[in-house]
Amino acid sequence: MPHRLQPFAIFVVLLLFTAALPARSQESPYIVTYDHYLEEPGSLEVEYFSTFGTQRAGNDFHAFWTEFEYGATAWWTTELYLDGQTTFNDSTIFTGFRLENRFRLLQREHFINPVLYIEYENTSGADKILKEVEGHDVESDYTDPNARARQEHDHELEFKLLLSKTFKGWNIAQNTIATKNLTGGNPWEFGYALGASHPLALKASAQRCSFCRENFIAGVEMYGGLGDRYSFGLHETSHYLAPVVAWNLPSDWTLRLSPGFGLNDNSHRFLLRWGVSREFSGFGAALSRLLGGRP
Amino acid sequence: MPRCFHLALLVTFAASAAAQTPSPKDSSVYAELAKAPPKAVARHNPLETDPDAVAVGHKLFDQHCAECHGPTAEGGKKGPTLIVPEVQQATPGALFWLLTNGVVRRGMPVWSKLPEPQRWQLVSFIKSLTPAPKPKSASEDSPRP
Repeated sequence: MPHRLQPFAIFVVLLLFTAALPARSQESPYIVTYDHYLEEPGSLEVEYFSTFGTQRAGNDFHAFWTEFEYGATAWWTTELYLDGQTTFNDSTIFTGFRLENRFRLLQREHFINPVLYIEYENTSGADKILKEVEGHDVESDYTDPNARARQEHDHELEFKLLLSKTFKGWNIAQNTIATKNLTGGNPWEFGYALGASHPLALKASAQRCSFCRENFIAGVEMYGGLGDRYSFGLHETSHYLAPVVAWNLPSDWTLRLSPGFGLNDNSHRFLLRWGVSREFSGFGAALSRLLGGRP
Repeated sequence: MPRCFHLALLVTFAASAAAQTPSPKDSSVYAELAKAPPKAVARHNPLETDPDAVAVGHKLFDQHCAECHGPTAEGGKKGPTLIVPEVQQATPGALFWLLTNGVVRRGMPVWSKLPEPQRWQLVSFIKSLTPAPKPKSASEDSPRP
């Protein structure tokens, strides 16, 4: 691990193991797609995700990111991402950060529930977390060695319209993505993500159990690019299909696993994603006390 | 990292720390129940006769609700007490509707991410709540002269 990543890693570990107020929630299994559920107000969710990707004409890689997701209100969630990656036979590097905000647009549940997503990305060209696929992102974009790829700096604004509905236990989510790279005069790029999921059981059981069926949520995601302003469509784009499963443990942890498969020759053949997260309630109240406000 | 990053972080944390949460003692928070549409109010709890529903609902309450409403549902820092006539006299359908839709403006998130049967289990538990007996005062305990 590079020297400058060590303090951050220590902080994450300390936070995870010393927090006194964990909260249990029903986390979605999606890794790329967003549904319309926001973080509970005052709660902080700390998440770690990994993506292992195969790379033709280059070295396979392991990209990773940490998310700090905070429920500012019941209609606003704000999030900080820290990204990094290891390219095999090359190096491990920090690749940038993202600030994300999601705003619930309607007060109540409706037939379709829209959420507005706004993100600022400050990443290098070596970023490989593939949190979203957009524009003409293709596998060959990721072959450059880290030393060269990290010379490129991207400042991107990303907008998403998240549409989601839960009915009879099924969640269906659709995300439309529009991205503008603020450097280099690049055009608007577009992408999509789709997701469907269902818990393995709808009724909860009386006992506290790790392996009860209601603790598991399974589903599938599909995501890919839709070209850019000048060449909108599927030409020279990559697409993925990925089964997903989440395991919400009674000990307050959530584990996610998702093997993803490239659907055309422009896609990585295989992406294996996994993640672990834990939610901490009362973070907002503690912060407020620290700043001298009322809890 | 650039200065704008620190500024953005500061703004985010300051704004979130300033986010308003309603007072749990504000009785108008119960007014939301009256906004449930008649069709929702009239819905029956399909788990009303399920002998496990209250116990399971209690477990779900501990997991998802106790943080705001308190471990005994008598109110917490963020959520009002549920052991009041406004809640206890509400129909199961109205409580289910409120759980599903939340009161987003006042800080209660939507809970439609919990499957319907689990929301009904929660309703069963909430309807089973009864006010705890008030502790006797010292003067009541001591024998009268």
